[in-house]
Amino acid sequence: MDQLLVFINAYLVPGIVSGSIYALGAIGLTLLFGVLRFTHFAHGDVMTAGAYFALTAIGLFGLHPVLALPIAMVCTSALCLCINHFFYRPLMRRPSLVLTISSFGIALMIRASIQLLYGVESHYYVRGIQRSTDFLGTFRIVDRHIWIVCCAIVLMVALHLLLTYTRLGKAMRAVSDSPELARLTGISTLAIVKATWVIGGSLAAVAGVFLGWDGFIQANMGWDLLLPMSAAAILGGLGRPYGAMVGGLVIGLAEELSSYPWFGGDALLSPGYKTGVAFTIMVAMLIWRPNGLFGGRVQ
Amino acid sequence: MEIFVGYGNYTIALATMIGIYSIMALGLNIQWGLTGLFNLGIAGFFAVGAYASAILTTSETPKHIGGFDLPVVLAWPLAMIAAAFIAWAVARICIRLRADYLAIATIGIGEILRLIFKNEQWATGGTRGISNISRPFEQLPGIWAPLAFLGVVLILAMVAYWLAERGRTSPWGRVVQAIRDNEPAARAAGKNVETFRIQGFVIGSAFMGLAGALTAHYFKFVGPEATDPLQVTFLVWVMLIVGGNGSNRGAMLGAAVIWTMWSASELFSSRLSGDWAHRAPFVRLFLVGLILQIMLQYFPDGLMPRQRQITARLPRKPTIDQPQSSHILPPF
Repeated sequence: MDQLLVFINAYLVPGIVSGSIYALGAIGLTLLFGVLRFTHFAHGDVMTAGAYFALTAIGLFGLHPVLALPIAMVCTSALCLCINHFFYRPLMRRPSLVLTISSFGIALMIRASIQLLYGVESHYYVRGIQRSTDFLGTFRIVDRHIWIVCCAIVLMVALHLLLTYTRLGKAMRAVSDSPELARLTGISTLAIVKATWVIGGSLAAVAGVFLGWDGFIQANMGWDLLLPMSAAAILGGLGRPYGAMVGGLVIGLAEELSSYPWFGGDALLSPGYKTGVAFTIMVAMLIWRPNGLFGGRVQ
Repeated sequence: MEIFVGYGNYTIALATMIGIYSIMALGLNIQWGLTGLFNLGIAGFFAVGAYASAILTTSETPKHIGGFDLPVVLAWPLAMIAAAFIAWAVARICIRLRADYLAIATIGIGEILRLIFKNEQWATGGTRGISNISRPFEQLPGIWAPLAFLGVVLILAMVAYWLAERGRTSPWGRVVQAIRDNEPAARAAGKNVETFRIQGFVIGSAFMGLAGALTAHYFKFVGPEATDPLQVTFLVWVMLIVGGNGSNRGAMLGAAVIWTMWSASELFSSRLSGDWAHRAPFVRLFLVGLILQIMLQYFPDGLMPRQRQITARLPRKPTIDQPQSSHILPPF
């Protein structure tokens, strides 16, 4: 029983929490890939920007992190639209790898701006010991973990409804399936691209705020998440938002559970190599199922 | 007199780093410029070369594995082989995938290598890294020591340039460029696309390994956080894009221009006082990013565009032929 308690509190719950964060980021990556056909290497740093927007809002108004979410989402979407307008759009007609190089540069530019404005030290949304809730008298789950997982579920359901039932969602899926056919049916690709940036940027902002809430806020926290997020997106099949949700959860759980002492007293894998787990899963996928678990849109 | 020695030392240090970065830019040019392979793990291959050479040349110590005491003449080629071997392993798995996947995979391999160098204390000294690495010619008096090392670096950079240029103009170079420009056509011409790509990736990474080895001996120290890995990768990319993607001379020019700017801005920012001195490096990084964006948008060929001699040498077809040929029936 004790063992189970440790397993759930120290491995399973953190795994689900970081899985939700990865999933939110990976959805943005995969949506952008579907519509723009390039891997957005600055996505992690967009997350960082979201976390810092929320930090500013919390610092100014003393809000609860959840209430700071809308502000962070709006600001990050605006940032994404600006970046798209000034840096990505002029390169649209060039090979997609030029966009990838550009996004790599953008990642460092965002990071440099954050370091310039906020410095390199870590920041926190909330200081002190966190309140936690008891479940069934034994499990103690920190409140913020419940918030994070619930918000992530709400956002994913909202995205599902948007993609399935609204004109915008259908148009987005159409562009992702075949840009030419979508244009022939009169869908404005430009509007869809903008909408995708708003959705991807908002989800990235939420992921960034959650990441900062769960740990601390630092300028390079987003870049470090690029690898697990890409792994999640590839796992689910690039261009598939539902795949990215599952992929994110799988990667998050795998990372946490890999350091659980499955056999005897030692951790299965030294926690120092946690980041390596996502990479190993990704490489294994690339070898055996490069299209992802559910078949990606593009090979 | 004092000030001249200072400026002299500064110039030598500047030229040494330009030489080292040129080798990396040439390596990236072979990978991206010629073969069209996206590598964001430059710092990883650089670190493999640095650690390999450091471990091979240091004498016995309890802090990390070592005690091989090899001379650099042997250790540097071995460092290149080590980097090439890692690159070969990565390329075997990822080379046939989309370029985006290769880019993500190279970020991953760079990250894994950094974790290994950081965590495996018995082998690499962990976070403390490896110090007391010998620098060739360091026993020479005064300014001659760095000058002699600069000579070694420049000779190696010239050799690297010569090799890269020979490679580019050789039949091999034409094949990899054909693969970059039109993969199905190259495949249809009977070229083994995967093999050529792996070769391009491995050769470029070997160059990066050599640059890493040179840096380790130049700084006499190597550690997992000695240089921001992302910054190294980013700078090399900016050098190649600014200099001219696909052009070896452009890669070297880019290395010279960007490193001079990078280093000169440090000279400038060290004069700043207080808070701004801490913030200046970030302004610099932002500006280099902006230069990259401007080059990508307005000068996609870079300062020194690649020579298109392959097509230029072909005899021009007389235009009068074309209307005639349309009347001839196809042979089937």
